[in-house]
Order: sequence, then structure tokens, then C-alpha cells
Amino acid sequence: MAKMTLDQLRALRAQKQGELEKRNVEGKDIQVIVGMGTCGIAAGAKQTFDAIVAALEKHNMTGKVVVRQTGCMGLCYVEPTVEVVMPDMPPVIYGKMTSDVAEDLVVKHLVEHSLLDSHIFDRPAIDIVKH
Amino acid sequence: MHCTVGDFVLDVVQNSVEAGSNLIEVEIDEAQDGVRALIADDGCGMSPEERARALDPLRNSGAKHPGRKVGLGLPFIQQAVEQADGSFSLKSEKGKGTEVRFFFPASNIDSPPAGDLVSLFVATLSMAGACEMKLRRTRARDGLSYEVKKSELVEAVGDLASASSLSLVRQFLASQEEG
Repeated sequence: MAKMTLDQLRALRAQKQGELEKRNVEGKDIQVIVGMGTCGIAAGAKQTFDAIVAALEKHNMTGKVVVRQTGCMGLCYVEPTVEVVMPDMPPVIYGKMTSDVAEDLVVKHLVEHSLLDSHIFDRPAIDIVKH
Repeated sequence: MHCTVGDFVLDVVQNSVEAGSNLIEVEIDEAQDGVRALIADDGCGMSPEERARALDPLRNSGAKHPGRKVGLGLPFIQQAVEQADGSFSLKSEKGKGTEVRFFFPASNIDSPPAGDLVSLFVATLSMAGACEMKLRRTRARDGLSYEVKKSELVEAVGDLASASSLSLVRQFLASQEEG
């Protein structure tokens, strides 16, 4: 692959934009927030971040999702941590979200509108979590 | 403890973002003799006392996390550099900004690998805030050299928090990395 120029990047975006608009009906209302403090980075949050973006791409979700980073969420013992905020779902902080479970998160929470029970560490009321 | 040079860099960039910087510069040079990294910002900077505290793993201002006394970002780098017989410098001036430099010699077995720099740059660029970022990258082995500005990428693909923009930026950076 030769070095891409900024013009080529613009063209690629224009091409992708067309594809995205066709399926972007709900708007970008899903937020995925990855904890990227010292604790998160040491536990592999950077790889998790990459894996989430790759999974979103795979499941055609990139047009609807905003992926952000934050510092430590205070759950250093279960890093990497990922918070998901989306309509009709309780905000959830997932822990132990290593890159190998990133796709499970995308499929379960974002696609199927369900919860990835085994990784929930904060936010939802205890009565909706099945253990 | 962090695995790669990129992890150490990302940790420092996170500090720069939280320091309210308008411009953050990141430079990674994979030279023949080892890996050099520079992270410079024009954020709030530190007084000599704050600088000393930033290097003490067990003393923290508590500003980010009330009640917490540890702060491991910079002490981790210092420790890793010491183990690998590299070098580390931290310059900071209150109100002006901060500059962190470190070097890991290729000859020392305890030096961490550079890591996936495309991932590092994507993670760096997508940090919150409207500040400008300049990323410079050189690699002596094959003469690779490039520089990207966050403002140019935002102009080309839009808001970098969007997952679709992140995928495009990743492709763009991967193509730079392959030269």
C-alpha cells in the first residue's frame, strides 16, 4: 500500500459516507467510552479500543456509534473498563473488557440490545443483572 | 506496568489532554540506537513542587481522584527507563506547558518494544478536546518519516470520535506506516 494522501482520504470518506447514510437511520446516539488511564493502558485498553472499532466495522455499526476515551473510571481492579450509553438501555460500565471480548460486547449490547452479564461492574440495578 | 513504548506515550498524552493544552506534539523516533519519544504540550504546566510530586508514585494531588494518593504514569516511565539503562527528562513551567522525553536503548534487553504505533496514534488523536495535535514519526531502518496534524484529519474525515472516522484514520495511518 502506498502512502495515502489527504485527498485520497477525503475521497475514501466521501465513498464511505454514501454507504453510511443509507443505513444511518437512528443517528449517532450510541456512545462507547473506553477508560484510558494508567490502569486501563496497562491492562490493554488500547487494544480493546482497536478491537471495538474493528467489531463495529464488522457489524456495520460505525455510522451510529461514537467511541470516546476517558481517564480512570475508578475501577482499576477490573480494567480495561468500557462504558456504553445508548437509548432504551441502562448505562453500563463493563470491566475486564480485554480485546478478545470486545466483539461480544458489540454484538450483545449494541446489536442485540441485551447485557453482557458476566462483565458488568457498575451502574445497572442489581435486579436486572442475571448471575 | 506498561508493555510498549506506545503505552507509556499514551499515558503521558492523557496527562497533556487533562492539562488543558491547545497544542500537543508527539514525536517517536525509532533510531538505530533505540527508541526516542517526545511529548510536549502548552497546558497548565507544573511548579517545581508539583513536578517533584508527579515523579513520586505515592504522592498525588488528588485532583483527578479525590482521596487517592497514587499516581503512576510518570513513575512507571522512570522505572522502566532505569531498568533499561535509558534516559528520561521532564521539563515543566507553570502556565507554559510540559515536555517529557525518554529513550530506550536498542542494546538493552529490558527495553520495551515500540509497539503498534498506528494504534497509539489513533488512540491519541481520538482523545477528547479540540486541541491541535502534531504527530511526527521517523524510523531509521527504512528511512520512514511522516507527520500528521489532527486538524487536517478532522478536516478530511470529520469528528474523530465517530467510529467511521476512526476506521478511516486507522487506514490512513497504516498506509503512512507502510511508507
